[in-house]
Amino acid sequence: MGNVVFKRSNGLSKKEFSYCPGCTHGIIHRLVAEVIEELGVLDKTIGISPVGCSVMNYEFFNCDMQQAAHGRAPAVATGIKRVRPDNIVFSYQGDGDLASIGTAEIVHAAHRSENITVIFVNNAIYGMTGGQMAPTTLIGQKTTTSPYGRDEKHAGKPIKMSEMLATIPGATYIERVSVHDPLHVRKAKKAVKKAFQTQIEGKGFSLVEFISSCPVNWGKTPQDALNWVKDNMIPYYPLGNFRSPEEDDKND
Amino acid sequence: MAKVMMKGNEAMALAAIKGGCKAFFGYPITPQSELPEYLARHMHKHGGVFLQAESEVAAINMVYGASGAGARVLTSSSSPGIALKQEGISYIAGAELPAVIINVMRGGPGLGGIQPSQADYKQVTRGGGNGDYYVLAYAPENLQETVNVIKEAFDLADLYRNPVMIAVDGLIGQMMEPVDLDVEVPKRDLPEKDWATIGTYGKREPVNVNSLFLDPQDLENHSFKLAEKYKLMKKNEQRYEFVNMENAELVIVAYGTMARIVRSALEILKNEGINVGLLRPISIWPFPEKAFKEFPDTVKGILTCELSTGQMLDDVKICNNGKLPINFFGRTGGMVPEPEEIVKAVKDMIGGLK
Repeated sequence: MGNVVFKRSNGLSKKEFSYCPGCTHGIIHRLVAEVIEELGVLDKTIGISPVGCSVMNYEFFNCDMQQAAHGRAPAVATGIKRVRPDNIVFSYQGDGDLASIGTAEIVHAAHRSENITVIFVNNAIYGMTGGQMAPTTLIGQKTTTSPYGRDEKHAGKPIKMSEMLATIPGATYIERVSVHDPLHVRKAKKAVKKAFQTQIEGKGFSLVEFISSCPVNWGKTPQDALNWVKDNMIPYYPLGNFRSPEEDDKND
Repeated sequence: MAKVMMKGNEAMALAAIKGGCKAFFGYPITPQSELPEYLARHMHKHGGVFLQAESEVAAINMVYGASGAGARVLTSSSSPGIALKQEGISYIAGAELPAVIINVMRGGPGLGGIQPSQADYKQVTRGGGNGDYYVLAYAPENLQETVNVIKEAFDLADLYRNPVMIAVDGLIGQMMEPVDLDVEVPKRDLPEKDWATIGTYGKREPVNVNSLFLDPQDLENHSFKLAEKYKLMKKNEQRYEFVNMENAELVIVAYGTMARIVRSALEILKNEGINVGLLRPISIWPFPEKAFKEFPDTVKGILTCELSTGQMLDDVKICNNGKLPINFFGRTGGMVPEPEEIVKAVKDMIGGLK
């Protein structure tokens, strides 16, 4: 028998993903699953599914899960973590969920420095409901509810959640990553690991924002969508670290 | 334990602790704020969690999470706050999670007022959120009954895996009464919470707390399963009290604070030789429809009395099914009637019947 060089992470169930071709949810799920497994916490992890494209990711993660109302995942995570502080708790949320309807919940989870990890997937659009404008939709970007392109006079400028959350004193670890090429996938995994480590060490609120794509609702091929991430999304949503526990230790 | 003098909101908080409550999530609102304040001071001494949320919406979703993770959870609020919690209550019912919710009712609609009211009857008894569901709802009339039912509520919530709401008006929350917190309440045989997300720890397959059923056949099956549970509640959990029903020519239907005022009115009427009974619903969902079959033949009419413009009235009409004439007397907006006003309403009705 040869050496196994690639296999399904034990952090994922055997259920096949239901995502559209070229969608990066699959990569992000895998990264989260690998990290949870590698950190040896899979059997005590409780995840929270959002409302949006990843609403049914409770079928994909191989750990206990709760499905939350739209935007409320950080509140659900808070309830779980407060009564089960020894468990590892993460929420997985899109930009409609976290940056629009759930702004109060994410801000106050960060503000209380809830010892949870948030995986925030920003693809600048509402995917599941059919491609409507999100608060994160870029200026000029056409969606079904900004058919002439997002006009900042009408809809404002795209919200930068990581930058905003980084201003909250309680936020411990915040990093923005992308998965548009293998190099960035590797960097993204390091950030996810750091986020879960922050929680394991009891240091408080951690969030990783993924710049993601939506080929179907963007009207692009998978490769063109990834190029659009690189050429349009990342210049507006710069990658990098916005808060880290080390920086907080220094300032203390 | 002997009786102690306690403010309603604080006694309710202590009753929750005695009922085994291990977590509270809430948001301040008048006239119930002494309840979370008491728990903020005392919950940790009993190994429990107290957390003030950023909103009622967040609070009820924290309840969802903590209950889904197996804890006995409480939230409390007042009418407009309960309205905000309805989204979460629907999810809790859909995912079949236990939770106890205390509603210290005030006047509405909108911001309304902060004085006692029963104008939440429909919000409490008609689900309130989206979908085919009900919550077990109790409307006690004094502090002793309130603390007893709160202690029992945690067992009921666990038994049925369903939200239980205690709906008291602001008067019960705000007044002081002598109360014994250690009265024994019925205990239920409770199943293991094998559905709770507490981590697999390598011992079992992952579990999922969920109210999503994309296949309509699955959702129909789930809804019918819930309906069976509500049928069982209707069979087993109707709770009510009759007062002075022998030879009553009229029955008043009233609950909570209004029932207490009616008791005084009944005394006045008795002294004048007028025989009037009281049907006091204690469970308002399930509504005590059984009671309507137990009226003596002497009863010639029903007077429904509420601290609202007439909400329970619909349930009285359904249960009466056109049999007897029904009148309504109500004060609302925080106005609480004198017994004499009810005496007059009774006499007006009897006069009309003759």
